[in-house]
Amino acid sequence: MFRFLVRRVIGAMVILLIISAITFWLFYAVPRDPAMMSCGKNCTPENLAQIRKNLGIDHSIPVQYWYWLKGVFVGRDYAGYGYCDAPCFGYSFANNVPVFDTIMDRLPTTLSLAFGAAAVFLVLGVGAGMLAALKQGKFLDKFASSASLLGSSLQIYFVGYIAMYYFVAQLGWLDQPSWTPFSDDPVAWFSGLLLPWLVLAIIFTANYTRMTRSQLVEQLSEDYVRTARAKGLSRSNVFFRFAWRGAMGPIVTVFGIDLGTLIGGAIITEQTFSLPGIGRLAVKSVDQSDLPMLLGVTLLAAGAIVFFNIIVDAVYALIDPRIRLA
Amino acid sequence: MTPPTPSAAAPLEVTDESAEKSTPSDVPKVSEGRSPGRLAWNRFKRDRTGVMSACIVGFFFVIAVAAPLIAKLYGKDPYTTYASERPELLNPFAYPSGPNGGMSSEFWFGIEPQLGRDVFTFLLYAIRNSLGIALAATVLTVVLGVVIGTTAGYLGGKTDYLVGRVIDILLSFPSTLFFIAFMPVVFGLFVAPDEEIPTWLRATALIIVLAAFGWASIARLLRGQVLGLREREFVEAAKVTGASPGRIVFKELLPNLWTPIIIQTTLMLPAYVTAEAGLAFLGVGMIDPTPDWGVMIARGASFYTEDLTFMLFPGLAMVIFVLAFNLLGDSVRDALDPKSKR
Repeated sequence: MFRFLVRRVIGAMVILLIISAITFWLFYAVPRDPAMMSCGKNCTPENLAQIRKNLGIDHSIPVQYWYWLKGVFVGRDYAGYGYCDAPCFGYSFANNVPVFDTIMDRLPTTLSLAFGAAAVFLVLGVGAGMLAALKQGKFLDKFASSASLLGSSLQIYFVGYIAMYYFVAQLGWLDQPSWTPFSDDPVAWFSGLLLPWLVLAIIFTANYTRMTRSQLVEQLSEDYVRTARAKGLSRSNVFFRFAWRGAMGPIVTVFGIDLGTLIGGAIITEQTFSLPGIGRLAVKSVDQSDLPMLLGVTLLAAGAIVFFNIIVDAVYALIDPRIRLA
Repeated sequence: MTPPTPSAAAPLEVTDESAEKSTPSDVPKVSEGRSPGRLAWNRFKRDRTGVMSACIVGFFFVIAVAAPLIAKLYGKDPYTTYASERPELLNPFAYPSGPNGGMSSEFWFGIEPQLGRDVFTFLLYAIRNSLGIALAATVLTVVLGVVIGTTAGYLGGKTDYLVGRVIDILLSFPSTLFFIAFMPVVFGLFVAPDEEIPTWLRATALIIVLAAFGWASIARLLRGQVLGLREREFVEAAKVTGASPGRIVFKELLPNLWTPIIIQTTLMLPAYVTAEAGLAFLGVGMIDPTPDWGVMIARGASFYTEDLTFMLFPGLAMVIFVLAFNLLGDSVRDALDPKSKR
């Protein structure tokens, strides 16, 4: 297990390194000069050079990348901002604040959105899938299957507005989605995020219902389940400890991928509900040609995906002892 | 998953059918061989949901192709702001003066708030443009994925390792974020920063970006399939007779891969339709005067509390299309691969 983790973490670091390098190169593949933006109208060449020096972009691109990397691991010296401790992700080109602080500031929103929604759709999806598998071919099964088909065809940028129109503007049952830190006011935090959670859940639940159902149906017809029943184990025991354990694998995998993607920025969701999370930060940083911010957000998003992949593989081995981690 | 084995399946199916048809006086017909494709088609025809959703999907494609014709018969176009000629169409707050978003016998789906364009033709052209982009991106993605995946799987060794790592990296990319970050780069390749970006370039850039990040999953799948296939006797036989690697990949291996390729394609197209609309919604895909599904939803989002009707048309149309396409995809999967369980 330990060797597996070490190997995977090193692999993940390599992937993140490559992704940051590609982002860096992509950014400069378009001819643009971030110094011009902050220089303003009456821009003299001296001013421009000074700004470049302050922002740390007065070097060639590979050298800039090297300095950036150095900043992340050991900290670096900025002409304009002074020394920046590791992990230093630089300063935003757009408003000169440290990237790390901005991301840390935005992260709670995205984490609340992702984990809250994940809790709802995991419980609903797996529950509905289990019921459908137990009542195969009955009304409940057909209902769950059709509902999940419909759910998987919905788009957040449509359903989100429809839900806001009916539940917020017309009926007034729910609050307009907004962000309040949990530590400030837990009730406001909850009521502001409830609608986004539910809407995300509608869309994601479908997939889990379908998957849980098909996995369970397959497992329930296996010989080992029949054997367990035949030797007199109770129905619920067989269902949860035998069939469900066998069915969990693919669901855990997809859950890991979904969670990683959501944390890396539910960009469209945050845009739809105007939540100030990582996703909107990403869109803004692209709009403003803000390389340090874009790099920070990209690393976070890719890091979340890679991290959850490792977790999924480790959990997989715990669920299914036949899989050896090597 | 094993490739379809016609030798085992075909006779079984035929005896089945002839047994049904044969009357006592009839001499059993000579059992004709049927191709796997033919068998899949027969299975598909019996699936009522599949046929119905195929009709709906077909309907969308027909109106997409025939959009100019329909607009001509209907007598309007998606660009004219009808309200500027006839101010009575919008009320003083620039919302449609008629009920239900200004739906009438003249403007079937109503009038767009603020600018006063015709919703019906705008939606027609939006479907046309969005489907066109998604279709082109799907074709490009599948071609890239098939070529790279099968080649890597067949050649093995260093090529395979390299392609495998590239796929790993691509799949850990946060895709939406990279679509957003990559679009300006593609624009930058073609036009100077301060020039206006022409519409065709936006569409091309979208197609390139979607395909550039989409091929990895299909390539990985096919690579796995080819790894299994290339050890089989028929590949050996082809090699012994002196067939070139290109011939083996495209003439020997590819025909065995049609099932996963078609299944992946049916999954990809609706995903691209929604992705393309999502990018337009975020403001990085197609932009306003160009009719587009996502542009329409983004427009609708800016005044959804005042006039929901405008948003309902593109939104519901997209839900219906994606739902029908997903159902069609399921049916196609069942028809091609009857052993698979959903």
